[in-house]
Amino acid sequence: MFVSSAQAASTTAQTETPAHAETAAPGAAPDAHGTATHSETGVAHKGVFPPFDSSHFASQLLWLALTFAFFYLFLSRVVLPRIGGIIETRRDRIATDLDQAARMKQESDEALAAYEQELAEAKQKAGGIAQKARDESKAKADAETAEISAALEKKLADAEASIASIKDKAMAGVGAIAEETATEIVKKIIGGTVDKASVTAAVKAVRG
Amino acid sequence: MANDPIHQFQIARWIPIDVGGIDLSFTNSSFFMVATVAVASAFLYLTSSNRGLIPTRLQSVSEMAYEFVASTLRDSAGTAGMRFFPFVFSLFMFVLTANVLGLFPYFYTVTSQIIVTFALAILVIGTVLVYGFAKHGFKFLGVFVPSGVPAALLLLVVPIEIISFLSRPISLSVRLFANMLAGHITLKVFAGFVVSLGSLGALGIGGAILPLIMTVAITGLEFLVAFLQAYVFTVLACMYLNDAVHPGGH
Repeated sequence: MFVSSAQAASTTAQTETPAHAETAAPGAAPDAHGTATHSETGVAHKGVFPPFDSSHFASQLLWLALTFAFFYLFLSRVVLPRIGGIIETRRDRIATDLDQAARMKQESDEALAAYEQELAEAKQKAGGIAQKARDESKAKADAETAEISAALEKKLADAEASIASIKDKAMAGVGAIAEETATEIVKKIIGGTVDKASVTAAVKAVRG
Repeated sequence: MANDPIHQFQIARWIPIDVGGIDLSFTNSSFFMVATVAVASAFLYLTSSNRGLIPTRLQSVSEMAYEFVASTLRDSAGTAGMRFFPFVFSLFMFVLTANVLGLFPYFYTVTSQIIVTFALAILVIGTVLVYGFAKHGFKFLGVFVPSGVPAALLLLVVPIEIISFLSRPISLSVRLFANMLAGHITLKVFAGFVVSLGSLGALGIGGAILPLIMTVAITGLEFLVAFLQAYVFTVLACMYLNDAVHPGGH
């Protein structure tokens, strides 16, 4: 289709050339003819906008197909499995690392719980021991206190008893001394003899 | 000729090959297709060759591209669409590398050729059609019947859906092609202003600063466009492939 249009262009150019030669100056005629033939045979399709130049379409398509097919095969066979593998490996690695970290954390949590439980048990046991020791020593102290206070009370009672007997003895002596003293006083003051019975009665009356 | 903004798209035959009257020459465009594939392949291959558990910088670039395309495809076509991952990834890397390579001075931009982008778009739509019919048979035609539309409206909606389906390869290819073409022409025009104003003497050199700033700014913009268009192409390819996987899921 394109070849036919090019041929049509060339035939019109050739038919027009004589008309140009007639109207233009004789000197310019070969020049005009020359440019016309140049555009036909030389650089093909000079006026066509290059991206729309269909004479290169076949070559463009062939080389695009070759290069793109190679590119697609190379990427899908070699590069993409490799990059995909790298990313997959990394994802797996991160997942296993996270799993391991979680497991280790659980282990440490368990160890911590066991430690705390043991600590609580030990505290309880220690508390028990301390309580027992305290109770024992308290009982012992109480017993000793009771014993000592009993001994003291006994001593106190003894002492009171001896004081009372001494006092009684002393009080018993007081009457006789008072009678003797009174007899002597009366003898000295009044002279003569004194009835012993009346003195004893007077002393008795004074002492009540 | 140096100032002609169209000249950069001219195809030059480097090794003429003619098979049965069909011109299959190895051209500058072919060379840059080979270069695109070589650069992208070498980058992806070499950066991933260490298989490091802790990636190097370049390895993480490759991995980011991988994860980026994978998540884009998974978001739009689901896990069932992941069978197209090598295809979509190849498309993305090819278009991206071709776009970026084209930004180097004197390099040829493969994606500024409508036939190249159209071939890639047809490849996408062809994959959708072939896979869709092979997998779902006539149920694949459910793509054209949106669910939840009253039967009376279907007469109107179905032709619209068919037209929109048919226009997909055109919009897909023209979007990429036009962006690359327009960007390169703009860049060339502004760069041309710098040269022509600079040759006008002292005043011209002063005046040339403005287009120079524009050229630098547009170059930055073009890098963004190069990535963005590769991304847009990939996202749309993913959405179209979704139709092949889930034809009823409109």
